[in-house]
Amino acid sequence: MASADELTFHEFEEATNLLADTPDAATTSRSDQLTPQGHVAVAVGSGGSYGAEDEVEEESDKAAEQQQQQQPGFWTFSYYQSFFDVDTSQVLDRIKGSLLPRPGHNFVRHHLRNRPDLYGPFWICATLAFVLAVTGNLTLVLAQRRDPSIHYSPQFHKVTVAGISIYCYAWLVPLALWGFLRWRKGVQERMGPYTFLETVCIYGYSLFVFIPMVVLWLIPVPWLQWLFGALALGLSAAGLVFTLWPVVREDTRLVATVLLSVVVLLHALLAMGCKLYFFQSLPPENVAPPPQITSLPSNIALSPTLPQSLAPS
Amino acid sequence: MAEAEESPGDPGTASPRPLVRTFSLLSYITKLIITALQPGQQSETPFQKKKEKMRDLKAVGKKFMHVLYPRKSNTLLRDWDLWGPLILCVTLALMLQRDSADSEKDGGPQFAEVFVIVWFGAVTITLNSKLLGGNISFFQSLCVLGYCILPLTVAMLICRLVLLADPGPVNFMVRLFVVIVMFAWSIVASTAFLADSQPPNRRALAVYPVFLFYFVISWMILTFTPQ
Repeated sequence: MASADELTFHEFEEATNLLADTPDAATTSRSDQLTPQGHVAVAVGSGGSYGAEDEVEEESDKAAEQQQQQQPGFWTFSYYQSFFDVDTSQVLDRIKGSLLPRPGHNFVRHHLRNRPDLYGPFWICATLAFVLAVTGNLTLVLAQRRDPSIHYSPQFHKVTVAGISIYCYAWLVPLALWGFLRWRKGVQERMGPYTFLETVCIYGYSLFVFIPMVVLWLIPVPWLQWLFGALALGLSAAGLVFTLWPVVREDTRLVATVLLSVVVLLHALLAMGCKLYFFQSLPPENVAPPPQITSLPSNIALSPTLPQSLAPS
Repeated sequence: MAEAEESPGDPGTASPRPLVRTFSLLSYITKLIITALQPGQQSETPFQKKKEKMRDLKAVGKKFMHVLYPRKSNTLLRDWDLWGPLILCVTLALMLQRDSADSEKDGGPQFAEVFVIVWFGAVTITLNSKLLGGNISFFQSLCVLGYCILPLTVAMLICRLVLLADPGPVNFMVRLFVVIVMFAWSIVASTAFLADSQPPNRRALAVYPVFLFYFVISWMILTFTPQ
């Protein structure tokens, strides 16, 4: 199973922790294109393989062999297939891990186990984008029920806006963070920075807690909305900080604090942006001016006094 | 596959509005692509053309019945075709157009947006399914996902009819009920065909995007207001 040159003991304590947890787990070496040295590669999969683990173990063995022989090029399908090598239970476990961050409990080491996937980040972002658009629309419907003077429109363009902003955040910010961490890698011999995929996974799974938060924002009580927002932001940012702390603590104090505060700040900006753009509180006398010239005379007195930015569409 | 006539979803609009032109162009392009993908079966005589046209329409109709009464049959998978999904998608997109010639700010999905959501969504789900290790071919999966929009198209028809009555909470409850039932029907139909192609420990991962896809389409149908 494990050839000699794959057994590089970079993180010895954590390897024993992993082995202590699940003695039958087979971890593959995740050597990406740019770092010549891989992460921990401990292939223990000799004896018993239980029924449901059969496929996983075979696949990871095959993947390990594949990586020992050749790295599949990024133009082949199987290269991308290796990023979707997860089961339902693993995805659920990762989601649970992101919902309940604990200080010593590194998300990457304990849940990802050096096998990041793209399924979670991609579909969590998609779900969040659609849930944002749908609940924003629902808020408008409910507001119109209370106050029939509000003009309702399906506001379908918000789906596009939500999708683009969520995906940009969940993929560009990890890219920047990963680049920055690699640039600062310098003195850190003990623990390599996370690969790009692991950073994407961290961010993707941390966005999961926003989904129930957005659904709960349907309740039209302002202080409750801010409370839910603060709770979700706290959980999510705590997860990010606890995961990034082992990597940045080697660095100077200043850089570490600045980096972590920037991460938390960006996350907070995302949450605030979602709240303000998709869940605008509508003042009761807001009537969206109809675009045609044939508008009712009674509306003309109201509409010119409202600045365009307050219109819900 | 012989060339078929223009799809029956052609609207009765007399004025050549841009969306009708878009629709014609898109269906022509799709026809070209599909004809190019098929092995050469070009028919020569008009009689043969008519016979093949009838055969294709019958195949499409048979698949509609398979979707409405989903059983574990392989017909949908073996003889895939993309005519049915195209017809359904165009019909749905046209019915989601609002009556008034309004500006883009007014909010309903444009024709192209519906098209993009349906086809991009289907392609993404298919890619996801294949990346997870499913053993269904690309076009078979597209075919299944497209055909299973049929219940939602029926729901759209019913909603448009119901909206002709006076609006009110009863109106909304009827539409909500119809859309929920058809949404569940779509999911059951597509899962009956797609779930077998995945290993059991990944089935939920492959089915969830299908759920999201039909949920978004149902949302578009439910929030449709005529003006």
